[in-house]
Amino acid sequence: MLSTDPSLDTLPKLLIHNAVAIGARPAIRHKNLGIWQTWTWQEMLEEIRAFSVGLAELGIKRGGKFAIIGYNRPRLYWAFCAGQALGAVPVPIYADAVAEEMAYVLAHAEVTMAVVQDQEQVDKIIAISDRLPLLGRVIYDEPRGLKDYDQERLIAFEDVQRLGRKKLANEPDSLRRWETGVAEGKGGDLGIILYTSGTTGRSKGVMLTHENALISARNANAFDRLGMDEEVIAYLPMAWIGDHIFSYVQAYAAGYCVSCPETPDTVLEDRREIGTTYAFAPPRVYENLLTLTMVRMADAGALKRRLFDFFIAFARRWGEKILNGEKVPLRVRLLYGIGNLLIYGPLKNRFGLSRIRVAYTAGEAIGPEIFRFWRAVGINLKQLYGQTEASVYISAQPDGEIDAETVGKASPDVEIRISESGEVLFRSPGVFVGYYKDPEKTAEVRTAEGWVHTGDAGFFDPKTGHLKIIDRAKDVGRLTDGTLFAPKYIENKLKFYPNIREAVAIGAGRDFVCVMINIDLTAVGSWAERNNVVYGSYQELAGHPLVYDMIAQHVDEVNRSLAQEDLVAGAQVRRFLVLHKELDPDDGELTRTQKVRRGFIAERYAPLVEAFYNGATAAEISTHVTFEDGHQGAISARVAIRDVTPHAAPAPRMERAA
Amino acid sequence: MRAPSAGELGLGEPLLAVEDVSLTFGGVRALSGVSFNIRKGEIRAIIGPNGAGKTSMLNVINGFYQPQSGRILFKGEARTTMRPYAAARGGIARTFQNLALFRGMSTLDNVMAGRALKMRCGFFWQLLRYGPALKEEVEHRRRVEEIIDFLEIAAIRKIQVGRLPYGLQKRVELGRALAMEPDLLLLDEPMAGMNLEEKEDMSRFILDVNKQYGTTIALIEHDMGVVMDLSDRVVVLDYGQKIADATPDEVKYDKNVIRAYLGEPHGKSV
Repeated sequence: MLSTDPSLDTLPKLLIHNAVAIGARPAIRHKNLGIWQTWTWQEMLEEIRAFSVGLAELGIKRGGKFAIIGYNRPRLYWAFCAGQALGAVPVPIYADAVAEEMAYVLAHAEVTMAVVQDQEQVDKIIAISDRLPLLGRVIYDEPRGLKDYDQERLIAFEDVQRLGRKKLANEPDSLRRWETGVAEGKGGDLGIILYTSGTTGRSKGVMLTHENALISARNANAFDRLGMDEEVIAYLPMAWIGDHIFSYVQAYAAGYCVSCPETPDTVLEDRREIGTTYAFAPPRVYENLLTLTMVRMADAGALKRRLFDFFIAFARRWGEKILNGEKVPLRVRLLYGIGNLLIYGPLKNRFGLSRIRVAYTAGEAIGPEIFRFWRAVGINLKQLYGQTEASVYISAQPDGEIDAETVGKASPDVEIRISESGEVLFRSPGVFVGYYKDPEKTAEVRTAEGWVHTGDAGFFDPKTGHLKIIDRAKDVGRLTDGTLFAPKYIENKLKFYPNIREAVAIGAGRDFVCVMINIDLTAVGSWAERNNVVYGSYQELAGHPLVYDMIAQHVDEVNRSLAQEDLVAGAQVRRFLVLHKELDPDDGELTRTQKVRRGFIAERYAPLVEAFYNGATAAEISTHVTFEDGHQGAISARVAIRDVTPHAAPAPRMERAA
Repeated sequence: MRAPSAGELGLGEPLLAVEDVSLTFGGVRALSGVSFNIRKGEIRAIIGPNGAGKTSMLNVINGFYQPQSGRILFKGEARTTMRPYAAARGGIARTFQNLALFRGMSTLDNVMAGRALKMRCGFFWQLLRYGPALKEEVEHRRRVEEIIDFLEIAAIRKIQVGRLPYGLQKRVELGRALAMEPDLLLLDEPMAGMNLEEKEDMSRFILDVNKQYGTTIALIEHDMGVVMDLSDRVVVLDYGQKIADATPDEVKYDKNVIRAYLGEPHGKSV
């Protein structure tokens, strides 16, 4: 175990400590030209120090802000620590943000320097540079394609390091000065500003101190007994708090090694080579892996398919019990062992999950089926509830206390309470300092006693004592007859079908509930292939009557399950449609973390919403689309609307509603 | 028509010159008296309607066909007969209109195959993978990995190319040609059958290859938009004859070219 000495209260201090304590152990890896390159803690210290001194030479100031933009790469992770060592504040930005979004954050954060991955990001910054008078040098990692650019402004990462190394070599005093600078840093200093991709309005800059992040990370490490032998792969956006804590702060605190994939497309292959022991992913990742498995199995030979079906059914029955360490008959244990040899093992190996000890899902509700599937095949998948404002951890499921529909118990040092209106509040050492340059918003969210409003509606499940989240508090509405309408609750039920990628439920203040549906191209495409459904484009497939029939079945099943629950039986889906285009963050329809922006969608597709409630069976719609480089086009379509008959509720509630 | 001079375009010496080349297959004249040159460092397009003799021209350049008359000067040396492997050894690489990849082999092995001519060690030593052979293989692999990185095909490194979508196969083929580190790269319809996004990607790669490695490129292409964006100079062939040779902008408004593409107006004016 590494020291958890509270005097090691900033990340640069931890770096220096680790370089001494575990200097020869691997700290970070990157696959380059097909080969994993490794840096030990000692080597990493040298790299970071050189870059840090170089940054100081370029004139970055204590308290100054600098942006970090790109996919997960060692040099970008180093930039965090190198800046923090000087007391500067890193502001990571989503690599896939369009120039417009980037301009807002860079200007709002008053960024004076930027460390970026490659030409793509440099191009975006150049395009908006006239709006960023404060922005000075732009440091790039990947020189490809940048030869003909204005070199006044640009500087290569290694050139900054060269500056630093020269300084360190020529001035014997400079090393001591750098180390003094690190020692001067305090846990209470501002460590990072993370811009959250809010589901409404402009993103806000969440300020976290070193202490916020470190205490949270240390608690999490203790909670799951994470030590320096963990292997993780860093592939989630660096601007997301999850990746920041998990691939950076927790790694420094526990001393484990972080591996950066070769490219965003090779994560699966790279994960398989590394064999991660600790993983963190939004539900979408687990969903996609399962969808991929099912699609491939559908194409497999009859014998394989039969074996798969048998053992998966078997695992669904017994796997979780075995994982939870419950008593099961010997016969079951033996058969599960065979299943592991034939199906579960190879399946896990395929996705690089053979060595996994702890896997978390967070950010959104996960489909119970998907959740149970992964647990059944022996992966210790758990749920976590967190926020940027909490330095991630609010609640998590302890080993052995797992439920598909809850998010677990309060994390160490976290207090949770439910307000009278049903909103979840928390208080913890991880609570953020405030929103950057927005004290009003801060006061709205955080009370004087330090309680933070999560904005989520939830309750403690009496059965398990775990927290259960139903929806965003402000999204929970009522139909005109007073029935509770929790849109996400309905959407999630729909999204759990592999054929449905995204769903948007509408109903607050209306007579009944309608949904817009996005099909999943992988799943529905493969279904179409197997059923000889011919289509030329996404739009054509989405509008196909047979696809509508299939979706209608799913909606009907969801209605049946809603009818079982007293509270929401009246909020069954009456009409639905399948959207002609995929919802896309570039069009502002999803957030960068892939959550639907319901209000925006309702506005954008107003003609469709109108058609829902005036009884029309189809509607014309024309929408603008934005491509990643910022230019725009238009798509128009005629979208059909289907009616669904609701199921009768067991309670007499329905009659009254009708 | 006068071609713009090298000075005007800031281009180098002619790398390859085609002088009065004629090629017939039995009674069919594929090429008759075609002359033009390709300068060091430029992107040279060869365009023309179907059956104009574009692919025949490429085949003559890399020694697939022997012209009945005329000669080819490559790096200042004239040659009358040449075998494709001699062209390859001399620094000419090409891709094909209808892919010619080893479908059962992985992307990596396909690109590696492009290095075959550069291998110095004999079969026996390579089999042993020992000493100089090992060192050589490591070096070649490094170059190949750089190309894989360059073309952004790392994710398909170990996948059989037969299973890849067409657009990616085209990219692998370009990778194999690049692995030869050619002085002159011949691309036969690099964008054929691609969608818009794939075309944009491919255009970017062609420009990057030209810029980064300084490779001289001659390409045949149907997509006029692509040709106009990419190339420095354009040769237009029609019925085996050169009808224009100029910058893309000039070619676009050339009367002969328009006629070749749209046909002669007959009867009523179009």
